[in-house]
Amino acid sequence: MFEKVLTGHINIPDSQKLANYEKTGGYRAWRKALKEMTSDQVIEVVKQSNLRGRGGAGFPAGMKWGFVPKTTDKPHYLLNNADESEPGTFKDRLIINGNPHSTIEGSMIASYAIRANTCYIYIRGEFVKEAKVLESAIREAYDKGYLGKNILGSGFNLDMYVHRGAGAYICGEETGLIESLEGKRGWPRIKPPFPAIEGVFRCPTIVNNVETLACVPYIIERGAEWFKSIGPASGPGPKLYCLSGHVKKPGVYELPMGVNLKELIYEYGGGILNDKKLKAVIPGGSSVPVLTAEEIDVAMDFDSLAKIGTMLGSAGVIVMDEDTDMVNALLNIAHFYRHESCGQCTPCREGTHWAEKLLKKIKSGQGTMADIDLLAEVADHINFRTICPLGDAAAMPIQSFVKKFRHEFEAKVRKSAA
Amino acid sequence: MNIAFSNDAMKEFREIVARYPNKRAALLPALHLAQREFAWLPYEALEYVGRLLELPYSEVYDTASFYTMFKLKPTGKYHLQVCHTLSCALRGAGAICDHVKEKYGIGNGETTPDGKLSLVKVECLGSCGTAPVVQINDDYYEDLSPEQLDRILEGFKS
Repeated sequence: MFEKVLTGHINIPDSQKLANYEKTGGYRAWRKALKEMTSDQVIEVVKQSNLRGRGGAGFPAGMKWGFVPKTTDKPHYLLNNADESEPGTFKDRLIINGNPHSTIEGSMIASYAIRANTCYIYIRGEFVKEAKVLESAIREAYDKGYLGKNILGSGFNLDMYVHRGAGAYICGEETGLIESLEGKRGWPRIKPPFPAIEGVFRCPTIVNNVETLACVPYIIERGAEWFKSIGPASGPGPKLYCLSGHVKKPGVYELPMGVNLKELIYEYGGGILNDKKLKAVIPGGSSVPVLTAEEIDVAMDFDSLAKIGTMLGSAGVIVMDEDTDMVNALLNIAHFYRHESCGQCTPCREGTHWAEKLLKKIKSGQGTMADIDLLAEVADHINFRTICPLGDAAAMPIQSFVKKFRHEFEAKVRKSAA
Repeated sequence: MNIAFSNDAMKEFREIVARYPNKRAALLPALHLAQREFAWLPYEALEYVGRLLELPYSEVYDTASFYTMFKLKPTGKYHLQVCHTLSCALRGAGAICDHVKEKYGIGNGETTPDGKLSLVKVECLGSCGTAPVVQINDDYYEDLSPEQLDRILEGFKS
């Protein structure tokens, strides 16, 4: 029987309070890590658990922590990435509102593991209320002696601050986030050097997503084997799935990693709104390749989705019914990436403009067959040719929509020819 | 416009600066604070923040102009930020914008003549499960119909 841990107690009143978190076993892991484990042992347990990043890339968290140099006289930093802005994704907001201490405790443990004495939680600027929730949760943790100097007599010091963004999707990309935290435009950096070697303030830095860090206390408390027993061993754990669009019961569902997508939509989500037929599903946030209705009998985990040419991404499932105009839907996505391109790399800055323009032309009935091919070609020229993955994120929906729903694009063109 | 932080805001500013190893890193929070104090960020506000953080105006502007939440122009007293990204678009964001245009006479980027209400279409607000969503000033209003929006706006009155 699957037990919800990340969202297990969020429906009780004042679930965001420290006292209520402690009633469910909260902060036991923090005590355990400080008193019974070395930093390296914490990293080892997280490596053993196969926890993979929940922000979109799915990179193994323990391995990432292991990249931080053992010998350095520079301060280290942990950045909790709460810049949730991938269209279709709203899980971190739920954790912050309902169970903020889980991601705060996870940030403490991760800071200890990478020997960081400062942690910033970078939260998107629009989440004004959520920033306040985090700030008061952090205050509670200070009052309780879980943050500050010589925590619980361990000799370990840690300060934690909330840092608000100000409206820019690109700041969810880890080096864009780092630049933004430094008070600059969120322009991603060329890697290497990777943040673990040279990140914020030119110091070793680890950036992890809210949900990734929220898993950490449970792993430390219950062990790597418990975590690995949930879902596929190569990328296991409890997982928050975000369901939106044309479903009867949209929302965040905590389920074992690898839940079947069809089951997610029809059983948990109650099926398609107004009992219409399903046309398409974006399984992992707007930047991942779209699936047709025939492709949804698939496990929602990193490897299974990669096998059918898409990605788990941020697990933002966007459902589109039979009446959805796919040219319109793609135009909406293309507009988003054009707006959010930071403007640093030419293929992305120019390509996203071209893609939006071509889509507007096709939508208006002025397009030609050649425009459809040109659109796909523009996407091919953005993909893998930019500093950060925003370029790929802009290209993948275009490539997949045009490939899988080409008939809808052609119908608009034929209409204009007739 | 008399630009200077109140004593309370200055205290808050000093606390913010103390969180970072250098002053530049305090720029985003300082701009948020300035916007809260001055309602928007005219040249004088950017220049003032720059002086406090020992940054030239050009660098403050360079950063401020990158982020959509920093208001380099004034907005209405009630600033409607309508999410129009995919999940909201699928669930009626367009009808919200059409309604605002019809009933209050403002389109994207416009403010009513009395300065009460302004509208801007924004990108994904991260509340897709309760679409459509409108952020009015700092607060989210979710799962919204045009009629509910009217009632909320009537509630603001002044």
